[in-house]
Amino acid sequence: MEDFKFIGKSVDRLDEREKVTGAAKYVDDIDFGPNLLYAEIVESPHPHALIKSIDTSEAEKMEGVVKVVTGKDFPYKFGLYMKDRYIFAQDRVNFVGEQVAAVVARDPRTAQKAAKLVKVEYELLPAIFDPIEALKEDAPLIHPDLENYPHVPWFYPQGGTNVAHLKKVRKGDIDKGFKEADFILEDDYRIPRYAHCCLETHIAVGLLDYSGRLTVWASSQSPYTQRNLFVDALAPLGFSHKDVRVIAPCVGGGFGGKAGVTMEIIAAALATAVKGHPVKVMWRRDQEFYNTYMRQQVVSKIKVGVKNDGTITAFEIMNYWDAGPYVEYGANVVNASALSATGPYRIPNVKIDSYCIYTNLPAAGPYRGFGYSEMLFSVESHMTRIAKAIGIDPVDLRRKNGIKEGDSLTYGVPMNPSGLLEAIDKVADEIEWEKKEESKDPNKAIGKGFAIFWKAPAMPPNVTTSAFIKFNEDGSLNVLVSGVELGQGYLTVMAQVAAEILTVPPEKIRVELPDTDRNPYHWQTVASHVTWASGNAVKRAALEMRDKIFALIHTVYHYDTSTLYLEDEKVKCKLHPSFELPLRDFVINGIETEDGTYRGGAIVGSGAFMPSFASAKQDPETGQGGHPNVHYTVGAAAVKIEVDKQTGKVRILKAVEALDAGKALNPRNVEHQIYGGLLQGFATALYEDMRFDENGKILNPNFTDYKIPTALDIPDEVVPIIIEVPQPDGPFGARGIGEHPMIPAAPLIANAVEDALGIRIKSMPITAEKIAMAIANGKKEVDDFLMIMKK
Amino acid sequence: MKKISFILNGEKRNAYVEANDLLVDVLREKVGMHSIKYACGRGDCGACTILLNGKGVRSCIILAIEADGQEILTLEGLSKDELSPVQESFIKHNSFQCGFCAPGMILSATELLEKNPNPTEEEVKEGISGNLCRCTGYTPIIDAILDVNKKDVDKK
Repeated sequence: MEDFKFIGKSVDRLDEREKVTGAAKYVDDIDFGPNLLYAEIVESPHPHALIKSIDTSEAEKMEGVVKVVTGKDFPYKFGLYMKDRYIFAQDRVNFVGEQVAAVVARDPRTAQKAAKLVKVEYELLPAIFDPIEALKEDAPLIHPDLENYPHVPWFYPQGGTNVAHLKKVRKGDIDKGFKEADFILEDDYRIPRYAHCCLETHIAVGLLDYSGRLTVWASSQSPYTQRNLFVDALAPLGFSHKDVRVIAPCVGGGFGGKAGVTMEIIAAALATAVKGHPVKVMWRRDQEFYNTYMRQQVVSKIKVGVKNDGTITAFEIMNYWDAGPYVEYGANVVNASALSATGPYRIPNVKIDSYCIYTNLPAAGPYRGFGYSEMLFSVESHMTRIAKAIGIDPVDLRRKNGIKEGDSLTYGVPMNPSGLLEAIDKVADEIEWEKKEESKDPNKAIGKGFAIFWKAPAMPPNVTTSAFIKFNEDGSLNVLVSGVELGQGYLTVMAQVAAEILTVPPEKIRVELPDTDRNPYHWQTVASHVTWASGNAVKRAALEMRDKIFALIHTVYHYDTSTLYLEDEKVKCKLHPSFELPLRDFVINGIETEDGTYRGGAIVGSGAFMPSFASAKQDPETGQGGHPNVHYTVGAAAVKIEVDKQTGKVRILKAVEALDAGKALNPRNVEHQIYGGLLQGFATALYEDMRFDENGKILNPNFTDYKIPTALDIPDEVVPIIIEVPQPDGPFGARGIGEHPMIPAAPLIANAVEDALGIRIKSMPITAEKIAMAIANGKKEVDDFLMIMKK
Repeated sequence: MKKISFILNGEKRNAYVEANDLLVDVLREKVGMHSIKYACGRGDCGACTILLNGKGVRSCIILAIEADGQEILTLEGLSKDELSPVQESFIKHNSFQCGFCAPGMILSATELLEKNPNPTEEEVKEGISGNLCRCTGYTPIIDAILDVNKKDVDKK
């Protein structure tokens, strides 16, 4: 193992002081001056309707109102992977809360009052909230023009239906696989929608200045992608990328919800309508629930065949994703997760159909786990049931079939190096899997659950990232990158990478927050890929600087560059032990030679990274070919729970999670992702419970009625375990782990509840109420699904 | 508009407010205390926590005029000179990620330790249960608060 000075150390966070003193500036903390205007959105009260007329005259008359805009002012579409969404509704609305018009006023209260005066006349259309019903032939069509929408080449929209994309994967011979099986289990699972619940709601401030520059300050995971989509959506206004600037200061949580473009496009568009004035669009908490992205609802139909010895012979799954009325980002959740729908198993015969379906619930898209948190509920629940049915230990079933390096993935590419089996063993040991435990309290039952998981970054094959690094006079560094610090520790880890190469300690490094004018290109901070990709770019930039330093020393002192090395912020030479030159002595002003002239000059570095092996070229009927996923991060997890048999309340006594970080660049940050991600997952499993009325209106868009965990809800004990099987193309062997901790949480709970009570719950969330009712009614299987409240 | 006066972080401050102005808006927009965060608007999340006469309150559900003549502490007031032991402990334990809950969380922790310098783990959980954090899973926050207390014991 290479000996690192900064890599693999839990160095302190770069942003610690500003965050504990309140100095950290989020978008709403920036002072935009007295010329700032405020926008209020006029929203659709209907899930599906034609807009017959809009009367803005009363609102326009109100004192303090500067502008009222409607869809007529911006007849432009946008979308990341598929252009299916308008900035403001045009002739129809497709969900409750969709933006129909906006009032821009000098103060927020005037904007709110005026918005109520905008009169919109609607003609109601039948609406659809269930993905299976949306597939029926007589279902109302949400996008009659679907076949004409521009989209990435790897999407297959089914014109004339509500299917925005159908991803198929076929491997081996599925019929033969089921014939070879001694036991087959087939069942359905249901996963409802969830909300990200970042503490900071979405906010964007747009300004078109009098010179024609458009600047948007946004709480964003995706500053560069937003800039590109603003230019693209507002193409008729003729912006060049160089004149559009996106600034992302501190971001108060993301979890996928601030990826791509949602409400930020409204700020960009409104700015063009009120030139010279910054205009603020800030979502209230309820808007944060229904008009950004939600996590998608899934109906999962799964069929798995095994031999008596536990060998899996065939795996078939049909996942029906309710992506809402706009799937410009969400369709890629469906696509990416289809490629990996087996979970981390070695299976010769596979059939996967993954449907991205339009409905009239709010738009749904990326959420921590990007499809894997959703679909592994069904896969990992099912695998435990199968193991029990054929009399094999559920952990042994996973040991037997768990994917290993070199095994063929569903699309035919070999699996990357992986510590899955090590993770399984370590988790089983830590949770004492073999030990059966009983509660001393007769009203309580103890159960254990086990699950394995994986996830690959989901991204187009040519996603790229870059970095600039510059030295300062005192030998300190500024690193310029455009990844976003969402709390995961990105800034710190980038500093560690630069520190390791240049031997400048992280406390002498600043990593700057994104500003598309200053910091170089980075696609988006999504997919748990920034440690890997941006880390590689920073490493290359630092290596370029090191090469420049060595070349300069060679020019001045004629030492062979191969004999030079950096140590403790100095250049040293293996052949001349007495030679050492501190970096701060020359990295800006160069080195003086005998005749008084200087060599060198400011040392700067640049680096870029793009995987050259990735390809989305696949057979649309089989999903074979190409290399759509760059690598997988794997892991295993277990819980021990105690269930109150009278109330159904679940207490998590212990949770253990191991994941293979390749190389944990900052182990404490990895462990802290496990604490946070597991709790977020347990909440979706146990009590986060989104409800809509019969008209598709969300009923609980607040923290009183949509409960997210408090400090009182955490497990009694959490044991994070880091596995390190290096990723060959990762910086120092690292791969991403940010989303992964959440992924196994839901099946862990389902499996543990069955272990404790013998009750299999096949629909999330697994609330105390569901458990108590099942006990009271003597039910052994529960599939109640309550997301849409019937009258 | 009515003029109100209050002691903010040890200094006398005035503000002109409407009868229905919320304290969070006045403190953020008129007095410039941007450490206070607005996140839910109904007292659910604790991001806008301030200490009013030493007691933690949600400034998003309090009218500004109610602060007339009162004493207010925000995170800016804790950060003037050296960091407080709670802030130091939050750094030591990496107790935040995105940082949006940190100002309210630190003030709630400060209030808790003021009233109960030696809390148990359950008392710490209870004490911060009105402050939501979506990132950390709370463990590093609880560890930090328990550690402030432990350091005091060590010193003695």
